[in-house]
This record gives sequence, C-alpha cells and structure tokens, in this order.
Amino acid sequence: MTGRGRPVAAPGTAAPTAPVPPGGGGRRALAGRVGSTQVIYLALAGVMLVGWVLVAFDGGDFLTLETVVGIQQRSAALGIVAVGQTLAILVGSLDLSVAYLISLTSLVAAEIMAGQDGGIVPGVAAVLAVSALIGLVNGLVITRLHVHAFIATLGTALIVKGVVDHLYDGPAGSVPESFQRLGYDRIGPVPVSALLWAAVAVAVWFLLRRTRLGYRIYAVGGDEEVARLSGVRTGRVVIAAHVLCSVCAGVAGLLLASRLGAGAPTVGTDGGYDLESIAAVVLGGTALAGGRGGVAGTVGGVLLLAVLDSVFNQLEVNAFFKDVVRGVVIVAAVAVYARRTARRRSR
Amino acid sequence: MRALRSMGPILAVLAVLLVLIAVANPFFLEPAGFLAFLKRAAPLVILAAGQYFVIVSGEFDLSVGSLVTVQVVVAARLIDGQEQATWPVLALLIVIGLLVGLANGVITTGLRVPSFITTLGMMLVLSGAVFLWTGGAPRGALSETFRMFGRKDLGPVPWSVLILLAAGTAAILLMRSDFGKRLIATGDNERAAGLSGVRVDRTRIAAFVLSGLAAAVAGILLGGFAGVSAQVGQGLEFQAITAVVLGGVALGGGRGSVVAAMAGAFTLEALFTLLNLYGISGALEFAVQGVIIIAAVAASAVRLPFRRALRV
Repeated sequence: MTGRGRPVAAPGTAAPTAPVPPGGGGRRALAGRVGSTQVIYLALAGVMLVGWVLVAFDGGDFLTLETVVGIQQRSAALGIVAVGQTLAILVGSLDLSVAYLISLTSLVAAEIMAGQDGGIVPGVAAVLAVSALIGLVNGLVITRLHVHAFIATLGTALIVKGVVDHLYDGPAGSVPESFQRLGYDRIGPVPVSALLWAAVAVAVWFLLRRTRLGYRIYAVGGDEEVARLSGVRTGRVVIAAHVLCSVCAGVAGLLLASRLGAGAPTVGTDGGYDLESIAAVVLGGTALAGGRGGVAGTVGGVLLLAVLDSVFNQLEVNAFFKDVVRGVVIVAAVAVYARRTARRRSR
Repeated sequence: MRALRSMGPILAVLAVLLVLIAVANPFFLEPAGFLAFLKRAAPLVILAAGQYFVIVSGEFDLSVGSLVTVQVVVAARLIDGQEQATWPVLALLIVIGLLVGLANGVITTGLRVPSFITTLGMMLVLSGAVFLWTGGAPRGALSETFRMFGRKDLGPVPWSVLILLAAGTAAILLMRSDFGKRLIATGDNERAAGLSGVRVDRTRIAAFVLSGLAAAVAGILLGGFAGVSAQVGQGLEFQAITAVVLGGVALGGGRGSVVAAMAGAFTLEALFTLLNLYGISGALEFAVQGVIIIAAVAASAVRLPFRRALRV
C-alpha cells in the first residue's frame, strides 16, 4: 500500500506555503520549528499543572487513579468522533451531522440488540452500515451536487433529527449486559472505552501517514485543484473521508449505547458532539481550511478539553461558568496557534 | 441586471412557495394575512441580512443564536415588568449587540482565529454567561412597550414590518456604498483588496458589528413576538446561514447580494409556513426542511458557475 507511486505530496508539504508577512518573518520562522502537535501537548501539560495546583489549593488531589480513569472514560466518545472529524476537516470539508448520527446509531444498536447477546454482531454491523451510508450521502451531496459541506451536512443533520424525533420520544431498545462492558470495564487502570478510542486513533493515524488514501486526503485538502491536476480523483477522496468520519461517529454511538444500556434520541446533541468535535480538531492544530494537521493533535485537543472538564468538576465549578471558560480557552488556544502560522490566504 | 439574474432561482422558489401557501390558505392573499407572514419573517430576515455581511466578507457568525437568547433573557431580567426601564434597556441591548460583534471581529482579524472558532467560542461564552447570571432559567418579565415592537401594529402595519423595511433599506444602501464594495472585495480576494488599499481587517470588523446589531434587533423583535424563554435563539445561527446560502451567496465570500440573502430568509420562512399548513409539523418538519435545503442549494449550484468555496 505504501510502496511505489507515492502520490502528489507528503503530509505537511501539501498546503500552499503562505506568504511570510512583513515584519514578523524571523520570529515566526523560529516559532515554526515547534510543530503544532507539540504545542497542544505543551498546553495540555500546562493545563494539567495549573489544574493540579488549583485542586491542591482547594484541598483535593488531582492526579489520582480515579481522575485519570475518569478523564479517559469521559473523553473516549468525543475522541472517537473528533478523530473522524479530523479526516473530514483535513480534506477541506467538515461534518455537522455527527451529533444526530450518534443519537441515531445508539438507537439502531439498542433496538437491534434488544437485550440479547446474539444481537450484538448484527447490531454493530447495522450501525456501521447506517453510518457509512450517511457518510456516503454527505460525500455524494458535497461532491456530485456541489453543495457546500456546511449546508450539506447541516441538511443531513436535519433529516436525521427529523426521523429520530418522529420515531422516538425517549430512550428505546436495550443493550445486553455483555455489551455494556465496552462502556464500563477496565483492564487494570485503562478503561476498555479508552482502548477503543486509541485503536480508532491509531488506525486513522496509520491511514493518514502510511496509505495512499491518507496522502490523497492531505493533497486534496491542501489544494484541490492541484490534486485534481495531478491525477487524484478528488471526489472519491472527499467521499471516503466523509464515510470514515461517519463510521467513527457510529462507533461513538455504539460506545454511548453501551454506557446508557439503551439508545437515546438526544445523546448526541446533549453531548454537543458536532461543534465540540470541530473545536477539538482545531484545538489540535488542524487547519479548518484543510490539508494541515493530524490525529495526534486532535487526541491532544480532546484530552485538553477533558482535563479542563475534570478540573472544573473537582473544583465544583458552576456548569454555566464551565461553558464560559471553555469558550475562552478554545478561542485563546486557537489564537496562540494562529499567531505562529502565517496568515492564511483567502483563496 | 447581473444581480437580478443571479437572484432568479431564489425568487422563483419563493414565488412558487408563496403561491402554494395562497392555495392552501386564501387568507394569505389579504393584506392582514400577508402582513402576519412578514411579521413572523422579520427577525430571520434581519438576522440573514446581518449574517450576509459576515459571509460575503468570507467569515461565519455562529454566535447570533445565543446572542438573541442573551438579548431576551437580559431584557426580561432588567426590565422585570417596569415600563420606565424599557428604553434604557433597549439601548443597552443594542450596545451589547455591537460589543459582541466588535469582539468577534477583533478576535477574528487581530488574533487570526478562524471565525468559525471565534464565534463558536462566543456562543459558549454568551450562553454560559447569561445563565450564570440568571441562575439557570430566565427570570423577570418584559414590559408592554418592549413587546410592542414584536407584536403590536402602527395603524394597519405591524411595527416589526416597519423595522424590517428600515433594516432592509439600510442594508441595501450599505451594500451600494463604498463600504459594500470594499466588503465584497475583501471576501473575494483579501490580498488583492488589501493591495488596492482596502483596510480588510476594519471592513471585516464592521461586518461582524453589523451582524451583532442585526442580532440585537432580531432579539428585540423575537422577545416581543414570542416572549421570554431560554430557547428563543436556539438554532437561529444555522437558519440565518442557511437563508443566506439559499439566496445564492457563496460561503467563502465575495459573491451574492444582500437582497438575495433576505429573499432566502423569506423562502425559509415560507417553507416553514407551508409545512405547517400541510400538516407536516413536529419532527418530520426537520426532515423535509433538510431535504429541501439541500435540494435548493444543489439546484442553485448547478445553475450558477460553480466555485468550490470550502475554505472556511
């Protein structure tokens, strides 16, 4: 898969190099040597340190086994969605339909499993099929009908919301106990859900860094026209990215169904997985315009949000105040990157 | 002439929807029925005009929905039923709208944060802050004078329709002025605009300020029309962006007219009205809405010379 005929461009070089703005060139060039992935992990370490100090002043202990497990468990669902969202954003698109898709797939899983162990395999297969299909629809609408991804996936989101709201008023179906182990079990200090997230992240990292499709995703996101002229079937790449993004959302739906023990029509929107996953991806240093960034940054971005959440929980901060701080942190973090990269070109 | 041609599709869709509404409900053809439709549409049309300024300059404003909620919740708590508090609070609401827009603009241009993230953060901050302040649920009540703008009439014409006319005219005049040309140039090609002497950052900040102002006005109208609730602004940002795109305005900037954006908002509102008339209400309304939005945008993308504008 990786051998000959490595197409077009390697990750990182695919994006058009933006002009160096007058005045700030030297400093930025220096700062540019630290990759954005390192920055997010530095920020993560900083937040953990500040959190640890604050919690210690409050008379608590931040880095207990319990909190670490909690952070892993809380971040797994968002993490899986965000890894998928990374693919959509890298290709120069985005997916606003993931939240409703998560609700839908949690219901599909729980309805098909109906509490029976024998239903697990068909349930998982159905979820993967449904989510792949919706990703395919997103991709086709964007590439064949030339609808902007924002509107296309918003439209799909409304359709899925309509169907889910029409059919369900509340939780439905049930998940057998053996499947609930996915949400709650731990192997030593590591929750199974965190392992699932890690598996998805590694798979997508491998896809991006070691396969042809991965290189093409960077190429199309970097400059679609150049990619097309170099012989990449750009439409197919965009569709593949959307299918994979939706499948990740489906996996997150499975995880949430196993946590709840049932499907829930609002589980995706209550978690705010659509905007939150985009925020995590951008926090991780992936350019919203596509072509630059990667999974490692996204994992850091998700962990940063989770650590923040955990610190707030331990300090018993008001839920609304949490939102305020989260908003400020997201904007501030992205502002830090933006200062480091040269101004994006409008076109 | 060129503007008219590019507006063709949306005006045709709007005309078809209006005819369908009139067939289902003849009352719609009477002045009172039509004015009621305009009154209901006014907040979304004004929001769409504000969002147009931002989108045509190449950015997004996702904070308008939560800004509308903030306006209504703040108004209810500060007025708390006292008539004499109405006018100062109205002035305060306008100032809040302008300040939020200014903050969005300055953060986006000065700190170079993509506006998607800036306004997403603003959305979190605004909704968090207002409920932190009120303790979780809206409190207080609006005064009669405040509610006048959203629901009362001046003679035969509702106040909100007059405000809509004023806002629409102002938006058209703005786009015909030098500012409008600079705005389109900025959205079309920021570098070229900058090199030809446009202060692109200031132009974009002005666009965000206009969007904040539009959200303030829409919030005042919606508060009067629909009353105080924590959900009043929910989803409005997506509706406004959809309306603008329905009007054929390119996401990514530089193309489309403000009249078409407002026509897009009327079309969306006509669609809601029609779905209600034909009894498709509740949940399925969303599904139908989704299909029609994709179809309408796809149709306009086929007709117009296509330009991929994915760069957010």
